[in-house]
Amino acid sequence: MALDEAKRNFRYVGSRPNRPDGVDKVTGRAQYGADATAPGMLTAVILRSPHAHARIKSIDTSAAEAIPGVRAVITGADFMRSDDDFLRDVQENCMARDVALYDGHAVAAVAATTPAIAKAALRAIVVDYEVLPHVTDVDAAMQPGAPVVLAGRALENVPAGMSENVTHSCEFGHGDLTAGFAKADLVIERSFKTAATHQGYIEPHACLASATADGKADLWCCTQGHFFVRTLCSAMLGMEASQLRVTASEIGGGFGGKTTVFIEPVALALSRKSGRPVKLVMTRDEVFRATGPTISSSMDIKIGMTKDGRITAGEATLRYSGGAFPNATVDMGAQAGFAAYDLEAVRTHGWNVLTNRPKEAAYRAPGAPQAIYAVESVVDELCQKLGLDPLTVRLKNAARKGTLSSYGPTFNEIGLVATLEAAKAHPHYTAPLGPNQGRGLSCGFWFNFGGNTCVSLNINTDGTVGVTEGNPDIGGSRASISLMAAEELGIPYENIRTIVADTNSLGYNDVTDGSRVTFAVGLATIKAARDAINKMKSRAAQVWGIDADAVEWVDGAAVPAGANAGKFPPLTLADIAANSPQTGGPIAGHHEVNVDGAGVSFGVHLVDVEVDPETGFTKILRYTIFQDAGKAVHPDYVEGQMQGGAVQGIGWALNEEYIYGKDGRLQNPGFLDYRIPVASDLPSIETVILEIPNPGHPYGVRGVGETPIVPPLAALANAVSRAAGVRMTELPMSPPRILAALKG
Amino acid sequence: MKSLHVSTTINGDPVEFICDPDEPLLDVLRNRLHLTGAKEGCGTGDCGACSVTVNGRLVCSCLVLGAEVDGAVITTIEGMADGDQLHPLQRAFIDGAAFQCGVCTPGILVAAKALLEKNPDPTDEEVRYWLAGNLCRCTGYDKIIAAVQVAAAEMRGA
Amino acid sequence: MRYMIAQSAKAASAALAEEPGNARVLAGGTDLLVQMKAGNLRVDLVVDIKKIPGIRSITAEAGGLRIGAAVAGSELGEHAGVCAMGPGVVEAARLIGSTQVQGRCTMVGNLCNGSPAGDSVPALVAAAAVVRVEGPEGSRDCPVLDIPAGPGRTTLKKGEIITSVFLPARPERSGDAYLRFIPRTEMDIAVASAAVNLTLDAGGTVTAARVALGAVAPKVVLVDAAARAIIGTKLDDAALAALAAACEAACTPIDDKRGTIAFRTSTAGVLARRAAQIAYARAGGSK
Repeated sequence: MALDEAKRNFRYVGSRPNRPDGVDKVTGRAQYGADATAPGMLTAVILRSPHAHARIKSIDTSAAEAIPGVRAVITGADFMRSDDDFLRDVQENCMARDVALYDGHAVAAVAATTPAIAKAALRAIVVDYEVLPHVTDVDAAMQPGAPVVLAGRALENVPAGMSENVTHSCEFGHGDLTAGFAKADLVIERSFKTAATHQGYIEPHACLASATADGKADLWCCTQGHFFVRTLCSAMLGMEASQLRVTASEIGGGFGGKTTVFIEPVALALSRKSGRPVKLVMTRDEVFRATGPTISSSMDIKIGMTKDGRITAGEATLRYSGGAFPNATVDMGAQAGFAAYDLEAVRTHGWNVLTNRPKEAAYRAPGAPQAIYAVESVVDELCQKLGLDPLTVRLKNAARKGTLSSYGPTFNEIGLVATLEAAKAHPHYTAPLGPNQGRGLSCGFWFNFGGNTCVSLNINTDGTVGVTEGNPDIGGSRASISLMAAEELGIPYENIRTIVADTNSLGYNDVTDGSRVTFAVGLATIKAARDAINKMKSRAAQVWGIDADAVEWVDGAAVPAGANAGKFPPLTLADIAANSPQTGGPIAGHHEVNVDGAGVSFGVHLVDVEVDPETGFTKILRYTIFQDAGKAVHPDYVEGQMQGGAVQGIGWALNEEYIYGKDGRLQNPGFLDYRIPVASDLPSIETVILEIPNPGHPYGVRGVGETPIVPPLAALANAVSRAAGVRMTELPMSPPRILAALKG
Repeated sequence: MKSLHVSTTINGDPVEFICDPDEPLLDVLRNRLHLTGAKEGCGTGDCGACSVTVNGRLVCSCLVLGAEVDGAVITTIEGMADGDQLHPLQRAFIDGAAFQCGVCTPGILVAAKALLEKNPDPTDEEVRYWLAGNLCRCTGYDKIIAAVQVAAAEMRGA
Repeated sequence: MRYMIAQSAKAASAALAEEPGNARVLAGGTDLLVQMKAGNLRVDLVVDIKKIPGIRSITAEAGGLRIGAAVAGSELGEHAGVCAMGPGVVEAARLIGSTQVQGRCTMVGNLCNGSPAGDSVPALVAAAAVVRVEGPEGSRDCPVLDIPAGPGRTTLKKGEIITSVFLPARPERSGDAYLRFIPRTEMDIAVASAAVNLTLDAGGTVTAARVALGAVAPKVVLVDAAARAIIGTKLDDAALAALAAACEAACTPIDDKRGTIAFRTSTAGVLARRAAQIAYARAGGSK
């Protein structure tokens, strides 16, 4: 669906009304995953492996089952064993079958009448483990002779002779690298590492499952995609999709981490076995040990530049590990790494490597922050060494419309140059810096997605409208959807209520991911509104006794298309709705689509830091974000995405990391030592929204949610490196690491 | 474990409950009294999502035993609005888009209210340090700090 | 688990002494409940001491201040007398946890938790604070320095509880300060910390000093050599360098998820130097 060239003057889109779920969320009334209850409900808890890698020789649950109040105990054997690799991996991540693959891997679960009884039963389960050698570091896992996490999972694109932990490789790019590097006045090669980080949503995973003896089940859970939850759970439990209804609760953050299942199939299996509703809520310790962190990485970057700042060639080798199961996140890193540049010669190679860590789950622009961090660090160092202004150099090499991107496609309208120019013109860029202070800059990029989307829009007889969509609202999207419906229908925002429906009430909707909701659900809402408008025009035409083609929709009312159509007073949406029982019955619009045309989004982040030369402590002094939103539907929530994503990136850059001991156990599974930024760590985060319309959306909307986490890693690394006078090449740049670098 | 009988006042209402001796106040509020506005984000006092006040003092309800609040006066997010009149902080948070997912919001509102009762005119830095024990992963805190200041200004004027 | 409210220190002591299983004192609970939640501590008896008369009050005594064992961090910060007498002690106690934790946590709990990184402990040691212990054999006073025995352990015997901590009177022209290093600005455990308590003569020369370090050894360290390095000086650069060097020499830290040996050692010296300068200024010294 193409951009409406005529659509430039918006009445509702671009305003900042209150969100429909606002009062519920400030009064404590909103129902999140752990807030649901059911009569007769049992409490479930999960037993987890204390070993990084161990064969499960046997599990004796008899003592646990004998405890009064225990109603069901399950192990991996209670699930279907799928022939499909993907499905089997997801299932075995929910509960191990033969081998525990990481510290925290689920091995059994109990449902009992009280939490205390359930916990006592867990202690009564006897698991006989044979501890196996483990590996948690990506580079170590690639070595020949490294402990093998899963055998036989390498795809054909992996050359023979590599460690069995290498499961997948990819390559992107174009041009002649050798010729490119030969043209450079300076070539810099650097290696980088980034730690695995967790999405860190404040709400732990939680669900309530109720399966009945006739094979039906209901599931309430906090998820980014309840339709996908239905797909996974029904397959694992051998159910038909129609028999499992999944309802998404309010969701307390996800950032990609709630795009798959962890506890939902377990709760369903326990409910089926016990014949009772079962509630299962993770502890924070379980969230850290057993749900998706992002990948950890090791990367080599080589970039050549001329004295006047032209990049002549770029090459990257990325080694990503997403834990104990295969994934292809490295593809996205390899595609995104050089996306901001218009290059004659570029090549990226990616490798996925298995380690004894929890299975990676998506985290906001999965795979991109790491690769772009490494590339942007080397570009900055080239600028430093050649005495060039880093913004000017980026402008000189910036991708623009018509650029053959580093990953294949040729860019259409993109906002990178406008974003860079906005940064250059901003007072932040030229503000003076004091001693021990440094300024860092980085570009960021994300592809954005569209996907399967289904929306219903019901015209109520009182002239109000209900929009029914199927994507959990993780950051105010119901407000944005209502705004787009208001814009299209020409009625006030307040007259529209948007809800997220269960899996039985709509066709399949892809997960809330890929920054797709405002773009794709918005597009489907606009189309559903146009469908309803067409029906309302027909009703008006019927009343007026003219041809439906002779009716237009203007400002929320049907009007004759011109003098030839006849002279009738406008019929408002409310008029038509009130009269609908007499003109053919209820009026509703629908749209079902697999949306294409997501526009990429570029951002530029500027940060000033001060590094304490005696302790390595980094204080963030000023932070400004510039990002292309295409069209900001609800600017408050666009700014919110930019600020929130930036702060997650700041945490990643400075302090967040999965720390494993020599025993392969996670050392910091809690918010005390997994250090996400707190309010006092941060300055105000200034935002500048640019609007370069996406040709693939009627209002020009681009996804904005993921791009903001991409630039902070390199922006901080560049700022800290300039402030400290030493190039930092490993994340997080924790104070001990900075101090060690300062002391050489 | 023998259950204990506890009499308390919550949001102005007399409340009696029984609880296990080792049961945190948060579990009592959520599971026994169905006051689910306080959330468990960590259970270890590191996230602040379970913030309530006990005898006027801001605490994490996950770090208080239910048994300890016999005779105490407790307020939770459910007691913040006056009937259908939202507290200025609640209005400022909605108007200022100071939350995205909203799961940390009850705890932050309870904590911010405690701050403004003690210090009606805080600096941004004071707000940031006071709220350092309330983790938010969505907003980057910017709009939260701004909303607290909007409410503080309104409350000072009122 | 049983929960008991003690009406007197003697009753608390007796209950703790008689319990055959694992008995714990509950004051603020900000460490105890976390340990219970983690499941690595099975407790049979919890004795809540907050209802013991006087245990939540701060009273003047012999020119110093006696602070009840259940006085919470925020209450300490609201007490003008303590803030005036021991700003370094108060700033240390106020660093324990968040605002929410401050509403509950106590200095005595911080001490009895036995963590080498407890924030209030170095400040109390630098202040030469003394705790009063109630036990089966009666009451005794003990320097704070002698309470920690190692990570998670104290020298208290079964049935003994601390009922108060006494901050002794200080001469004129005294000042104290506490600094810790954490990777964030709040919500972390100290990676290294330093407390300095010093007294000046009328000319600004240091006449007495106590320097204590946290998180750099199995328990808090009182560094006499660091004190000697600044006594008799006006805290000139050479004295500060000697102070830092003495502190570094006293460190025997570990490598762990919070910091490295090298980082902790070097940072302890930096913090001691900076804390000494603050304490010097608070004592009325100027440079």
